[in-house]
Amino acid sequence: MANEVLKVEHLEKYYQKKHVLHDINFSISKGEVITLLGPSGSGKSTLIRCLNGLEDFRNGEITFENKKVIPNEKNWQQLRQKIGMVFQSYDLFPNLTVLDNILLGPTKVQKRNVDEVKQEVDELLEKVDLLDYKNVYPRQLSGGQKQRIAIVRALALHPEFMLFDEVTASLDPEMVRGVLNIIQDLADEDDMTMIIVTHEMNFAQQIADRVLFLKDGSILEDTPGKEFFKNPATDQAKEFLQSMNF
Amino acid sequence: MAHSGINVLFEGTNLTRLLLGMWTTFKIAAVAIIIGLIIGVILGILRTFHNPILRFILRIYLEFFRIVPTVVLLFLFYYILPRQMNLHMPGTQVATLVFALWVAAEMSDIVRGALISVPIHQKESGLAIGLNRFQLYRYVLVPQAVQLELPATINLVTRVIKTTSLLMLISVMDVVNIGQQIVEANNQKYPTGVFWIYGLIFLLYFLIDYPLSWWAGRLEKKRLEQANGE
Repeated sequence: MANEVLKVEHLEKYYQKKHVLHDINFSISKGEVITLLGPSGSGKSTLIRCLNGLEDFRNGEITFENKKVIPNEKNWQQLRQKIGMVFQSYDLFPNLTVLDNILLGPTKVQKRNVDEVKQEVDELLEKVDLLDYKNVYPRQLSGGQKQRIAIVRALALHPEFMLFDEVTASLDPEMVRGVLNIIQDLADEDDMTMIIVTHEMNFAQQIADRVLFLKDGSILEDTPGKEFFKNPATDQAKEFLQSMNF
Repeated sequence: MAHSGINVLFEGTNLTRLLLGMWTTFKIAAVAIIIGLIIGVILGILRTFHNPILRFILRIYLEFFRIVPTVVLLFLFYYILPRQMNLHMPGTQVATLVFALWVAAEMSDIVRGALISVPIHQKESGLAIGLNRFQLYRYVLVPQAVQLELPATINLVTRVIKTTSLLMLISVMDVVNIGQQIVEANNQKYPTGVFWIYGLIFLLYFLIDYPLSWWAGRLEKKRLEQANGE
């Protein structure tokens, strides 16, 4: 496919002897949104962490923008500028202000002009309603605010592709919506290519072009979003949706 | 009151000599601390790398300077280096060298400890925005480690300053050595002079070390408050 952003073929992952990912195969095209669903411990986080080199894998191949990824630190470091990732625990740098957290990547890694980046950051912060918090330290922010900043920090690098690893899982319920709206806007307005690991089923149904259903380290279903929620093919998926009260 | 012991301090140039001695002490401590801290930070960072040979060598270095008492180290460098390696250094330089190496060893352990207690997520989110290893240490890990280890570092500094009182053993004209000389020279005239001389030395050490100790305590308290407020 010409507009294929990422392709994963026969990926296997072990933790010591434990086989945690079995023969993973899928691809994602430009502008597509995949949600990665499955019970806890099914390997969802491990899988998306493999996609930006935070986990190494034993066998298999990852192709990014039609180029095979040679999995060494130097290559991953280049690729991570194009593959943004946001984590469950936000992980803003507590020693830096909000602005400096966001500027670090664009100015130090990409060596872009500081004033230019600052202007862009202002626009991004405005969008997520946090412009007033530009000069505060992360400890002064709520969880939801931190997570919105973490998303801005990733976006400031102009990624082609975003990975979200349970980004609302440690937020208070009233904070969840704000964060999800930002992701929804990314899909609607910027046509961002994304893989999202989430336990928010309503959100997943709303945003997913495709669902990958993972259980015990294997992809059991790779189906269009609408179909997965209406009519899951496997019993495991049915069971999972039921357990999520969906 | 004619022979009150306190006058020993004002006899001749005694006071100036004591203060100059303190200055020598202070200079040795300051130079050793600055050099030691810089080397210690670098060694501490190296000790977090996954190179087993490097880690082993640095570990041996740390243990050597931690286990061998400072007095022995001073003697070792002062008496054995010149004889075995034909390396002649004045006492002040030997002292500075020994203290710098000691500070570097202790500091490497403090820095390593602080670096590995920065949460792994911080490292990962640094990598996720494309930082290379140098940038990760420079902008994320080291600044956070410094904040964690500052109280321990200040305590190390106070220990170094205190330990300089051993310098007289390798004939450095530090404040204790000069005090001893003054006591001996004035023993007849001022039998209680010893009390005043050592009293002043106590005061000088206290004036340097106490504020540091207070500062360390305050930083630690602030850090705990912040950590609990998260």
